[in-house]
Amino acid sequence: MEIKRPKIKSMKHEDFKDNEYIDQLVAELNAAGTNVVVGKLDQLLNWSRSNSLWPFCFGTSCCAIEFMCLGAARYDMARFGFEVARNSPRQADYIMCQGTITYRMAPALLRLYEQMAEPKYVIACGGCTISGGPFKNSYCVVKGVDEIIPVDVYMPGCPPRPEAMFYGLMQLQRKIKASKFLGGDNRKEDRKKFFEAKAAEEKDAAMRAEQMRLARESKAPVLE
Amino acid sequence: MADIQEKIGALCPEAQFDTSGELLLVIVPDEKWHALAKALKEELHYDYLTALVGMDWKDSLGCMYYLTNTDTQEMLHVKVSTTDRENPRLHTVSDVWAVANYQEREVYDFFGIVFINHPDMRRFFLRNDWVGYPLRKDYDDSPELNPLRLNPEENEDDTFSLIEEADGTLKRIDKKVFGPEEYVINVGPQHPSTHGVMRYRTSIDGELVKKVDVVSGYIHRGIEKLCEGMSYQSTLLYPERLDYMAAHMNRHAVCLCLEKALGIEVPHRAELIRMMMDELMRLSSHLLSYGCLTMDQGATTAFFYGFRERELIYEIFDKTCGARMSMSYSTIGGVVKDVHPDFIKDVRHLCAVMPDKLKEYHKLFTGNVIAVGRMKGVGILSKEDAINYAITGPSGRASGVHCDVRKCHPYSLYNEVEFDEVLLESGDSMDRYMVRMKEMEQSVKILEQCCDMLEKEGIEGEYCAKVPKMIKLPAGHWYQQVEASRGAFGVYIESDGDPKPFQKPYRMHFQSPCFNLVGVVDLTCKDNLFADLISITASIDYVIPDIDR
Ligand code: SF4
Repeated sequence: MEIKRPKIKSMKHEDFKDNEYIDQLVAELNAAGTNVVVGKLDQLLNWSRSNSLWPFCFGTSCCAIEFMCLGAARYDMARFGFEVARNSPRQADYIMCQGTITYRMAPALLRLYEQMAEPKYVIACGGCTISGGPFKNSYCVVKGVDEIIPVDVYMPGCPPRPEAMFYGLMQLQRKIKASKFLGGDNRKEDRKKFFEAKAAEEKDAAMRAEQMRLARESKAPVLE
Repeated sequence: MADIQEKIGALCPEAQFDTSGELLLVIVPDEKWHALAKALKEELHYDYLTALVGMDWKDSLGCMYYLTNTDTQEMLHVKVSTTDRENPRLHTVSDVWAVANYQEREVYDFFGIVFINHPDMRRFFLRNDWVGYPLRKDYDDSPELNPLRLNPEENEDDTFSLIEEADGTLKRIDKKVFGPEEYVINVGPQHPSTHGVMRYRTSIDGELVKKVDVVSGYIHRGIEKLCEGMSYQSTLLYPERLDYMAAHMNRHAVCLCLEKALGIEVPHRAELIRMMMDELMRLSSHLLSYGCLTMDQGATTAFFYGFRERELIYEIFDKTCGARMSMSYSTIGGVVKDVHPDFIKDVRHLCAVMPDKLKEYHKLFTGNVIAVGRMKGVGILSKEDAINYAITGPSGRASGVHCDVRKCHPYSLYNEVEFDEVLLESGDSMDRYMVRMKEMEQSVKILEQCCDMLEKEGIEGEYCAKVPKMIKLPAGHWYQQVEASRGAFGVYIESDGDPKPFQKPYRMHFQSPCFNLVGVVDLTCKDNLFADLISITASIDYVIPDIDR
């Protein structure tokens, strides 16, 4: 699954190919061997998908302004096939989370994610979406979107520069090129695992909260 | 000062006075406060509630009010408090100054103070199933109490008022925001035209908007609480992330406030650089609001034009501050680094191209029939309402309110440069748009003068005063305003004079202009077309993180 050389003036191809994680993914996918027809069809699908990625801008704060610059004339993300920024989750391929996610916003984010059509990807753009960023210690900020939804690409920065955003977006393209849709979608399985783990965690937390509440009410010692 | 003190003493004999601070502080018992507030507004013309700060002094809870007389620009500081921590109650002043309506809801949200006779006591920022009041000093922040909840909020229509009967007894009245006969449409929180994550619940009659209920807090990040756990230098990071389109001004405000408290003299060159950065930021912000306003009305091309010039400004920031956004450039005592050698050249280039570009913008959009049809005479905000709702910045000046902090309370070097305060009359969407366009010309004018001044200073110079590493403030409180891109941005800092070497602010409050702006959405959209809600809010031009903080 050779990836075509992307042409970026200021970035050498070697620098761009430094992500072992994707190579590992390719190796894993090919370990069991693929049918020639299905494999070729997959390649075609991936090629077309990766070159026409439509973002759903979930911009809550500062990072969103930098993303607007990406859409404007100087940086012009249309060059890479990201041009049509959608405002409806149903028409988008990936959700670009820009900006802090608060407790009040979290249910809305989850709902929007669920509304997106398959295949869907998530990019966490900026420190806030990765870990809570400068607001990590706040009482009502979610410490990273990956507490709620599975993330494909992380873009650090506060806010990331447009160049960094391009780099991240291209990593997503690479990732798409290295995935398998026909005959068992590896991403779907990963996602299932993610949400199962989440549900288990939540159940656990709810149980603990219930215990705490009971303990508080009865003033009995807390059971660990 | 003595004059005012006498007058207030006559109005309310119970009032106590404290003249040790920067302003006259009037301490009023709660029972007398409502009557005095009315008299202050009607007789002494304190018609503009500049800031309302909720406070927790450990032994008591209360509010600090900053009032301004819009004729003389004199300011007054009032303190009202209650010692009841279980059921704290104060009287509302939302019927005197309309802006207090949302402000008091904020105080209720953060401190749990219930305002007697307030029409609508709901939380403003936090979920309605939130446990506790986060800005109280004894707040329990264990995650078990307030876990990340992924279910939607329930009962968001419920609210209540605490009404005082004639005999002094209090009665709780439970109400609904919308009646069963109303048809409610939800806009947001993730809607491209609300300019961020704002949510409106609007009741409509046919195509006309009847009432807009603002549901805020989708980007409430708890900045004020975070500040209480950091050193003063570290807190400088947050104001930039409130209104990111006024990053320099907001940071400037906090620096000025701290410098005032510490008595630091800032070098002339540093002030000059700061002022230039402020004006560049203002240009960049107005260009963005031009781009968004036009895009919201379907003129997508104009958006690209606005962003083309913004890139020039970003380049200047990038060279000098090392970042395109979140520059962290001002610091206590000056700026962190001297300007880039190309700075003056780049600014001069920007000033040279802007006038032509502005003409181009007007040609593209201003005279367009659709634009005129959707903006002229739509969303009118009268001068009285603007003052009553404490609307400042371009939106206030479009209604004819003289509210430019650069003129009313000059700070930095604004009295050394020549510029005009743009004032328009009618207060409709068109005027709000025009004020911004004209203000860009004024900013260019200021920048040109600043370039000359900076050239006189030479390419290098003193850019930061000597400041102690550990900043310790004496006990007291300070308030400082600056003119940010969208209006008067105020910072309130209270210090308890803690002798420990690592001193943290006791309370820090940011009085953001956008918080007041969102208060008039209901007023301006009423009886307008539902589709115009978007263009009106775009012309009011708020930034959501600035509202939610
Ligand atoms: S990462 Fe930084 S720039 Fe981005 S939203 Fe968070 S605070 Fe703003």
